[in-house]
Amino acid sequence: MTALGSDPAPEPADGSWTGAARRLLERRLPLNHLLPSRQPFFVGSWVYVFGVVAITALIWVVGSGVVLAFFGPGWWHVSSIGRFVNSIHFWAVQLLFFFVVLHLWGQYFMASWRDGRAKTWLVGVVVFVAALVTGFTGYISQQNLDAQWIAINAKDGINATGAGAFFNVLDFGQMYGIHVMLLPIIVTTLVVLHVLQVRLRGVVRPIEEPAVAAGRKPPEAGA
Amino acid sequence: MDAPATYVQFAFIVISVPNLLVIVGMVVVFILALLAPFPGHRVIDPDDDDRPR
Repeated sequence: MTALGSDPAPEPADGSWTGAARRLLERRLPLNHLLPSRQPFFVGSWVYVFGVVAITALIWVVGSGVVLAFFGPGWWHVSSIGRFVNSIHFWAVQLLFFFVVLHLWGQYFMASWRDGRAKTWLVGVVVFVAALVTGFTGYISQQNLDAQWIAINAKDGINATGAGAFFNVLDFGQMYGIHVMLLPIIVTTLVVLHVLQVRLRGVVRPIEEPAVAAGRKPPEAGA
Repeated sequence: MDAPATYVQFAFIVISVPNLLVIVGMVVVFILALLAPFPGHRVIDPDDDDRPR
């Protein structure tokens, strides 16, 4: 049962996975849900802005990170423009985590896992953990005293978990490779999946006003 | 800038002042987000959230 208003004519199943995938996407994620021009009235709150700001910060992180990866440590520590781009990367990460945590608080207090959104919540948790590991590998990829200090202090903890054999925080090449290639792909892919999941189910309705939220009673003007 | 950060202690909790300021700032921004009116907020079609479940 969908509320699309213009469901496409039923198409006979031809047994191909591409056709099945297309029909699934057309049914579950039509363009008017993927790129909506209107939102439910309860989305009119600054709390819903935190996630968008976090994604904006992520775009700045990835963009500045691409520039840093091209020119390398000899550039980001020495030249003035390199230090500037390095600072953009650093402060964008601070903004990212600042607003990711605010987004987490907002979604936690409105119990956003309700109404079939548990997978959306879980993917968000995995994104958060992956972002933490990305931040950690970034800190120890700086090629400065901070990086050495953090790596030296972290190695015993990592070794205590048993992961030190394949996650050596003292190995700059390994940490840098993971930081600039593996983890950014994981984080950005999961963020895209997270946004698609939100568009699939829509924004969770408020807890305190189920009648208004369900659309049975129109809210007061300006509410 | 290169000086060590000052730390504060509450019972078993030890935290640097910069980290404490960030956390306080997050709480302040969160409360402001709850209380501040959202600009250009209009009543929007509630049917927009009628999605397949």
